[in-house]
Amino acid sequence: MNGITYTGAGVLRLLGPKVRSKLNRNKTDERRRFKWGLLVFVGLFFWTFIFGVIFRMLLYFRGTQGIGDLLAAKLLGLALLTFLMILLLSNVITALSTFFLSQDMELLVAAPVDSVKLYGARLVETIVDSSWMVALLAIPLLVAYGVVYGASWPFYGLAVATIIPYLVLPAVVGSAFTLMLVNVFPARRTRDLLALIGLFAAAGVVVLFRFLRPERLVSPDQFRDLVDFMAVLRTPTSPWLPSEWAAQSLMSYLTGGFDPFPLALLWSTAAAFFVIGAWLHVRLFRTGFTRAQEGAELRKGEARSRWLERLIRAAPATRQLVAKEIRVFFRDTTQWSQLILLAVLVVVYVYNIKVLPLYTGEEVSFFLINVVSFLNLGLAGFVVAAIAARFVFPGMSLEGRMMWLLRSSPLDIRTLFLAKYWVGTIPLLLIALPLIVVTNIILQASPLILGITTVTMVGVTFAITALALGLGALFPNYETDNMAEIPTSFGGLIFMMCAVSYLVVVVILLAWPVNGFLQARLADPSGGAAVTPLLLGTGGALLITVACVVVPLRAGIRRVRSLQ
Amino acid sequence: MTESVQDQLRRLMDGVGPGEDATPDMLELTGIVKRYGDFVAVDGIDLRVPRGEIFGFLGPNGAGKTTTIRMIAGVLEPTEGSVVIGGNDLATHPVEAKSRIGYIPDRPFLYEKLSGGEFLRFVSGLWGKDEPASEDRADGLLEIFNLLEWKHELIETYSHGMRQKLLITSALIHQPELIVIDEPMVGLDPRSARILKDLFRVYVERGGTVFLSSHTLEVVEAVCDRIAIIKEGAIIAKGTMDDLRTLVDSGGADLEEIFLKVTGNEDMAEVVAGLQDSSF
Repeated sequence: MNGITYTGAGVLRLLGPKVRSKLNRNKTDERRRFKWGLLVFVGLFFWTFIFGVIFRMLLYFRGTQGIGDLLAAKLLGLALLTFLMILLLSNVITALSTFFLSQDMELLVAAPVDSVKLYGARLVETIVDSSWMVALLAIPLLVAYGVVYGASWPFYGLAVATIIPYLVLPAVVGSAFTLMLVNVFPARRTRDLLALIGLFAAAGVVVLFRFLRPERLVSPDQFRDLVDFMAVLRTPTSPWLPSEWAAQSLMSYLTGGFDPFPLALLWSTAAAFFVIGAWLHVRLFRTGFTRAQEGAELRKGEARSRWLERLIRAAPATRQLVAKEIRVFFRDTTQWSQLILLAVLVVVYVYNIKVLPLYTGEEVSFFLINVVSFLNLGLAGFVVAAIAARFVFPGMSLEGRMMWLLRSSPLDIRTLFLAKYWVGTIPLLLIALPLIVVTNIILQASPLILGITTVTMVGVTFAITALALGLGALFPNYETDNMAEIPTSFGGLIFMMCAVSYLVVVVILLAWPVNGFLQARLADPSGGAAVTPLLLGTGGALLITVACVVVPLRAGIRRVRSLQ
Repeated sequence: MTESVQDQLRRLMDGVGPGEDATPDMLELTGIVKRYGDFVAVDGIDLRVPRGEIFGFLGPNGAGKTTTIRMIAGVLEPTEGSVVIGGNDLATHPVEAKSRIGYIPDRPFLYEKLSGGEFLRFVSGLWGKDEPASEDRADGLLEIFNLLEWKHELIETYSHGMRQKLLITSALIHQPELIVIDEPMVGLDPRSARILKDLFRVYVERGGTVFLSSHTLEVVEAVCDRIAIIKEGAIIAKGTMDDLRTLVDSGGADLEEIFLKVTGNEDMAEVVAGLQDSSF
């Protein structure tokens, strides 16, 4: 009309600010060398570990005559299918923030930007945010396949070419799903929306396990004969799943007869889905975004309930702090929606314990039961640590922007810390204790083991919450508006490392003497078994636990007090 | 209408004012310095504000106003020097000192997921006063600000001005002796701005003290008893309006002229005058 031929910003320009912010943040960070060094170290450690496990399995498979390649293909298919499920869920949740809740969206929607380009830019952001962990996990897996099959470099090129469309597919499907949900639900009912996503996630996990049937793979004796087993192995998990195409593409190359069809199928499906996704975006995004902007429903003067405050018997400051924590948590969908992930984590864990092939008819060794019980203690502790990383670790970071109020008030920072500590510890105990008791019952552990592991779990929960809160204050992230970013930060990594080291030490300190004690009792029920190692072990574990409660809390309080 | 608002304010301000242990000076800054690495944000400020005074703090952008205010509120620690609130040194007796202050920062972050009423109870709790009397005071202030019907809505639904009114309310419910406020008028509609001016007046009548920083020079001129102008971290002029007029040697000058002169931007005064004269 007035001669302006502005064509709008391209995808790269739209992504620019995000990349630049990350780079700038990194540049101004004085500890960056240490941070990156540690990240590389931990990354290499995990890679080596995963590589080692897959490598050993593949060597074992190759040793079995006839079915080795089938088993390897099956394993790859299962791993990729698991990745696909994780990616779908994580894309649905990531897309909600990248497309609808992200604060820079308002600026971009107001700018003269082509909607397909905006879709492209946000899709790339969604893929990076949701898939980096899976992509990193895939590297040692695929390298192990390459090494065991002695593949040359074209295999790794093929792997990259296979993984790229494999990441695009769930991102397109996940964000399209979110787009439709936001359109279907009136106003900002993200809460209901995420509850629905949770249902889908739970269903997804069940479906995943139905598909996997991993127990059949590890125990061929359940099949009538080898022919039956072979038949199961030969049938693809599902010919319609992209995981099968990716597995076929890679396995066909490794076993010598490269078949380009599955790869072509992956790329063409990804391209077609992208087009459909972009079309849906152009059609539905404006309405969805508008709906996401509509404020929460007004209460029109109707009072909110105060039972929470009446329930908490404490000094005014503590009472209000605790009430505030609980309210903010349950009203903030980005926070409590992560409960869904937590539920999935717990279900997967208990399910795994249940399918452990411990009781397959034969007598299980006494030693094995003990080992598994203590391993279970460590793993349940890990589940608690993972939950604490999500919910407790970000606590002080989220308070950063409210420091103007907290510091100008006569409140002692200690009170703030203790309020957060209890608000974190009690729910974690409510998760940890049933978890340890149920898994022990499934494992048919003796009452003594049940007692020891349950008591230990209480201590572990106290220590892990303190570590999460304290380290969260020592490595805060005050800038982010996305709470999900905080646990995956550098400080989050440090916390997980500390928690895992602590768990390993406690489990070792307890498992060794307890096992020795029980073995001695078994060998000679009447004779007195040596109690000293038992006392030393428990004493050591107790000492470390107390240290892990006191030291991080003190350090965190000191840090926040000196904060400027 | 203004009359009744003032009466309401007087009733709500009952009990404000110095206790028996009151010192004559409400606020005492002695040689406070704030350095960030090599950069000196505040460079040796000395200031005394007696009780019952509205003190205005002016300065160009980046002069160190907000840094000073944050040190007074106890949010930042000075690199050197001391801040004494009603006889209590912030460094050695932080709890006593802070319990005398109500602080209202410029464009602060709030708990978006709390309702206005819950936020006010939270703040009262921090000062150890989540009691019915505080709630009545809060309701009274919310009513004056036309915010009472929004009390149970989440703060995320509030407009900028509503947030500012909520903050002002939150700073007053625990009946502080000193209000420290950064840019009080930002986002307020004319009626609320008028109420705030009345509120300050009633508050100091009852013995309270106000320390405010603002760029709205008319407000500062109209409300403040004394004014300090800060530039590059140091106070370059201080006194009543008359003192300042004498300082710049201009009998009829308004605060804008004085400000531009002392901060070294006289040419700006001409630009402003030119703009006002032109036929826009």
